[in-house]
Amino acid sequence: MIAALFAAGVRLFTGVQARWLGCEPDAAQRVYFANHTSNLDFLVLWSVLPAEARRKTRPVAASDYWRGGKLRLFLADRVFRGVLIERKKVTRSNNPMDQLVPVLQGGESLIIFPEGGRTTEPEMRPFKSGLYHLAKAVPAVDLVPVYIDNANRVLPKGEFLPIPLLCSANFGAPLRLQTDEPKDAFLTRARAAVEALAEP
Amino acid sequence: MQLLGAGIFILLLIASSIGFILKRTVKSEKGREVIVNLNARINAWWVMIIIFFLAMATGGIGSVILFGLTSFLALREYITLTPASRADHRALFWAFFIITPLQYILIAVKWYGMAIIMIPVYAYLFVPIRNVIAGDCKDFLARSAKIQWGLMVCVYFVSYAPALLLLHIPGREGQDGKLLYFLVCVVQMSDVLQYVFGKLFGRHKIAPSVSPNKTIEGFLGGVAGAVLIGTGLYWITPFNPWQAALMALAIALMGFFGGLVMSAIKRDRGVKDYGASIPGHGGIMDRIDSLCFAAPVFFHLTRYFFT
Repeated sequence: MIAALFAAGVRLFTGVQARWLGCEPDAAQRVYFANHTSNLDFLVLWSVLPAEARRKTRPVAASDYWRGGKLRLFLADRVFRGVLIERKKVTRSNNPMDQLVPVLQGGESLIIFPEGGRTTEPEMRPFKSGLYHLAKAVPAVDLVPVYIDNANRVLPKGEFLPIPLLCSANFGAPLRLQTDEPKDAFLTRARAAVEALAEP
Repeated sequence: MQLLGAGIFILLLIASSIGFILKRTVKSEKGREVIVNLNARINAWWVMIIIFFLAMATGGIGSVILFGLTSFLALREYITLTPASRADHRALFWAFFIITPLQYILIAVKWYGMAIIMIPVYAYLFVPIRNVIAGDCKDFLARSAKIQWGLMVCVYFVSYAPALLLLHIPGREGQDGKLLYFLVCVVQMSDVLQYVFGKLFGRHKIAPSVSPNKTIEGFLGGVAGAVLIGTGLYWITPFNPWQAALMALAIALMGFFGGLVMSAIKRDRGVKDYGASIPGHGGIMDRIDSLCFAAPVFFHLTRYFFT
């Protein structure tokens, strides 16, 4: 209920237009991976999913930020059910994969940002290896590239008040890890798939 | 007023019927595309006209709120299309959440003297000040000017439409809403008729590099039609028939140029429409581009000659 209202609020404020270019807006289990320029990115992506898909899709977010206050924790825990991962001091005992793989094995979907942090340059950064490890651990799940446009202008890095500009989210054709595909080749291919959606 | 409402209702019924018949009869691929778009436009007109009449029925405040929201949404489309630097963020926040509401509050409280200078003087000066505090000098003039322009076109000029309710015309107390009906009818019918005449008879492009769909035939037919409609509506205005005709001519011409200017911006940015919020028409800005340019001129002509 709160989640549905919240998603409607995000859609109204960002006027976000979803373009399903390479797959259908259904509740199939997926890993959505996207470019990352703003704290709003996952909200924008999450809010345009059909309600049924949204209920079983969990954004992966930074633990240090979302545990930083009661409201944030409430939003992360109750509203969009984020999977909060440690991104600064990753050790063997808090490896994010140990949190993410069980979520997928439990039948839920994930939203991840493989650049590892928000960029301020127009170019995307090279992808970190998390996407590869996920694809290897759960090879039967579709990996859907998404390009989110304009969220960085709604809420740029370092600002706290958003402005109501129009965003869009372009969903591409699903990929999977091919047998014996090397890590770097896969990550480059995945990054190119997101990039290709920038100008549909 | 009921008469005007009934007339518009009948016009829409006729338009919808024609759309329905064309949908059944037109078979060619390209023709069908045009008809699907035509029917989307007509359906959107039903919605827009119902919203407009509901807003007008509340008296002054409804039309202020309606045009205020329209300004907000148009500004949003304009700024989305206009590349800006991160350093503009705070100035833009002011533009959306302080300056735009303030302009319409000034009109709601009928403070004419301030409503008329708030954006051209205070907001105009504030935008570059806020940007210079942000400290980024790259493209400074262009960045500030784009925000100033957006505020003038999307907010200030649009606010002249509900500001018509502030005019005190001797002998017409409490009837100023009718001037707003006159403006909106003439400016929108001019757009519709330009489209209709263009589709039916359009052969010669009038501004091929700016707006490839506009034709000389559409322009002449639309303006002539708008003048006829404006003349026919003289009885709801303080004008006599030939004054109403001249006013309608001014509105239609300004509206035409408003459409061209706003198209030039789209062309430069490489897009066809400002948005997709009104099915068949494009964005809010695509629908009100002509109003932006016609409203201030109509307001000041009326104010100068009739108050």
